[in-house]
Amino acid sequence: MPAVTETREAVEKLGQSSYKWGFETDIDMDVAPKGLNEDTIRLISARKEEPEWLLEWRLAAFRVWLKMDDPKWAKVSHPPIDFQDLHYYAAPKKKPGPKSLEEVDPELLRTYEKLGIPLHEQAMLAGVELPEGETARPPVAVDAVFDSVSVVTTFRKNLEEAGVIFCPISEAVKDHPDLVRQYLGSVVPAGDNFYAALNSAVFTDGSFVYVPKGVRCPMELSTYFRINARNTGQFERTLIVVEDSASVSYLEGCTAPMRDENQLHAAVVELVAMEDASIKYSTVQNWYPGDENGRGGIYNFVTKRGACRGARSKISWTQVETGSAITWKYPSCILQGEGSVGEFYSVAVTNNHQQADTGTKMIHIGRNTRSTIIAKTISAGRSDSTYRGLVRVLPKASGARNFTQCDSLLIGDQCGAHTVPYIENRNMGARIEHEATTSKISEDQLFYCRQRGLSEEDSVGLIVNGFCRDVLKELPMEFAVEAQKLLQISLEGSVG
Amino acid sequence: MNAITKDRSDTLAPFGSRLDGVTDPVRKAAIGALHRSGLPDRRVEEWRYTSLRFLTETPLAAPVEVYDAGQVQAQLETLGLTTGPLADVPRVVFVNGRYAAPFSVLPSEVDVSFFAKTQTFGTLSCPDRDPLTALNTVLAGDGAQLHVPAGKDGGHVLLVSLGQTDAPVSFHPRHAVVLDEGAKFTLISIQAGQGRYLHNPVLEISVAAQANLKHVTLQAEGEAAACLATTYAQVAEHGTYDSFVLGLGGALSRQEIHARLAAPFATVHVNGAQMLAGKQIGDVTSVISHAAPDCTSRQTVRNVLDGHARGVFQGKVFVDRVAQKTDGYQMNQALLLSENAEIDAKPELEIYADDVKCSHGATVGALDDDQLFYLRSRGVPNAEARQILIHAFMDEALGLIEDEMARTLCIRMLARSFPVAGESA
Repeated sequence: MPAVTETREAVEKLGQSSYKWGFETDIDMDVAPKGLNEDTIRLISARKEEPEWLLEWRLAAFRVWLKMDDPKWAKVSHPPIDFQDLHYYAAPKKKPGPKSLEEVDPELLRTYEKLGIPLHEQAMLAGVELPEGETARPPVAVDAVFDSVSVVTTFRKNLEEAGVIFCPISEAVKDHPDLVRQYLGSVVPAGDNFYAALNSAVFTDGSFVYVPKGVRCPMELSTYFRINARNTGQFERTLIVVEDSASVSYLEGCTAPMRDENQLHAAVVELVAMEDASIKYSTVQNWYPGDENGRGGIYNFVTKRGACRGARSKISWTQVETGSAITWKYPSCILQGEGSVGEFYSVAVTNNHQQADTGTKMIHIGRNTRSTIIAKTISAGRSDSTYRGLVRVLPKASGARNFTQCDSLLIGDQCGAHTVPYIENRNMGARIEHEATTSKISEDQLFYCRQRGLSEEDSVGLIVNGFCRDVLKELPMEFAVEAQKLLQISLEGSVG
Repeated sequence: MNAITKDRSDTLAPFGSRLDGVTDPVRKAAIGALHRSGLPDRRVEEWRYTSLRFLTETPLAAPVEVYDAGQVQAQLETLGLTTGPLADVPRVVFVNGRYAAPFSVLPSEVDVSFFAKTQTFGTLSCPDRDPLTALNTVLAGDGAQLHVPAGKDGGHVLLVSLGQTDAPVSFHPRHAVVLDEGAKFTLISIQAGQGRYLHNPVLEISVAAQANLKHVTLQAEGEAAACLATTYAQVAEHGTYDSFVLGLGGALSRQEIHARLAAPFATVHVNGAQMLAGKQIGDVTSVISHAAPDCTSRQTVRNVLDGHARGVFQGKVFVDRVAQKTDGYQMNQALLLSENAEIDAKPELEIYADDVKCSHGATVGALDDDQLFYLRSRGVPNAEARQILIHAFMDEALGLIEDEMARTLCIRMLARSFPVAGESA
């Protein structure tokens, strides 16, 4: 198996090359002391000038969390996390209200520049004319989260004209308290699971999106998360509410600087889709995965869930997961509205010592609800990757339909790929189909490509791209390019 | 705060003092494990779909040793073991977990001994991992130990277990089957009975190189009974273990099979079918471990569920790092005939070798309207059309039983427990 050997070598080489985006920005931080207790929570809440009800909500979540154990069922292993050894609040030093890009700390802007975040796309919105015959691609709005506090949000005004609210959740708490109060925790309750409870208690910031009735959000919304200061866990909270017949596409992308100590990341994302509404949520995740010996790297323990509350509503999750030392993530859909649709498209790549336990949950409650799950897993190095998914059909979900396809590709003989679907059906009128395969790149495929003059590496690249195609084509244009780059960085060097 | 480390020995209350006074070291180790784990509840991953609460409600005494011979004869007749081709097949019969010599005809080509005399436990089972195996290890009283010498054909043997009780009891037979190199054997296990009892057998199977064991289990336990059976099989180079489980009876049943492909070119089939109605719960759980390269495993399990029945399928295929060139296939299908029936399935692949071909599939659905329409448009009445389709669904599974005698028995028993026409229409 020369091809495989070559690939393996290349993958190993890759691990030693330094993480391309592993740099650290040096700016003043406002950091809370280490440790977690009710005082920490009061401090966070006070710093963020939150109303009383939110503080109470946080404290209630904290009290529930104290009684919980961290989940042991996932196929990941890590040393116990000392939750008292973390900072729970870190904000870039506050300047009086950066309202425009010019006021933002230039150091910060340079960081984003390195990441290639198109903050300057506002020029386009401002009306820069394009040469005749050329059509502008839809603009992208960015809510940049630098560690915990949203520093600047572009495109706000233009969105406001359309009636769309897109702002840091901390601001939404102040400006739209009724909306936040109505929906916060309505999809992922504060005590839902260990990490969701922790997030509810200490979340610092995140994005809030509200699309009113009948509005098709005029641009794709995007948040780039970035974990910066040492030893700060980051606990974002994202809430997206889309009213009747409205729609939005939301992009989430992540990179993180290189560091030695493991960092905890426990985000919560809640989506609410009303009648005929649709939400497309796309993620490219590329946090620092640790070095080739498995040291360092992000622990990514995320709760993402969407509720299709209205009839014919649709929630679609697409994710490309290449980073993090440990990923624990199950973007889910609660299909409540009649005829609502849930989708999950995932590519998970693990290399070196990475561990990923990811998948989805599709809960069919309403009649004629439909869900599709396409999960592609690629394991290399000494990594372990697990697909874990639940399809549950409740008694009233007549006519429910699910199709699941999970494919795993193993590169090298020191890695593992696992598939753990749970299928629970309590309705005779439902149809569920599940199929899964595990294989390596076949000699025939390789031979075919080589025979046509492609190098070993290019061949493997071509085959891997083909393997992931069903998922990559679901990504919005803006992300498709980045996702392909990430696949290359994660696996490539080998994978032309 | 922590459900896992809590002492769960209170779940063992139904067995009362039967667990006390154990001296044998193997049993002592098992009781230690059992006190730590207790009987599993649904928080234990392997038991998330099957609750044992049913068991913990009533005390389960040791069965009395005397039995009603007339009743045993009647039971054997009902099962069709006294007439036709099966009448001549050698058999080892147990009543309430004890060897019943008057009804047994021992085979000539197979060495038979009994656990009650030898008191030897095998080495394949895992009492510290599987609580029901630990329970069996502590309470095992008797069981058949069948040994087929090298190169011999052991022919067919029936291993019959009958429950017969008025008061709730439990019995825990400990069986073993050993095939030496190149041996051949067909074992038909039959589990049946009347009354309220727990049948908790453990069967250890060792298949040596080039040996071939066909094993068909017919579970037709009494309607108030619980059957929690665990089988451990190990297969050596070029050996074959071909198993089929047909689940029809019992209020609660679980057939758990651990099959280990221990040497290259071994083959394992872990097939099965269940037909359940009323409030029955039937669980087929298997762990197929590929521990050597070039092995093959096949699994097809089909469920037909009517009434309020609940079917459970948990099938894990584990491929060790050394098990290159593994060929694994797993398929689980369920047909729901009633609004209130439920299927829970968890097919699982855990793979550590890269040069493998593993796949699994699962489908769940009702009878196909188009197929029904096709039959009805040709003048077949609704009820009959449904029967035809259900038969067709099950026949594909039963067709996997290679041994004709066993297949005929299963088809006959299945027909008998067929759902009443149109029950759920």
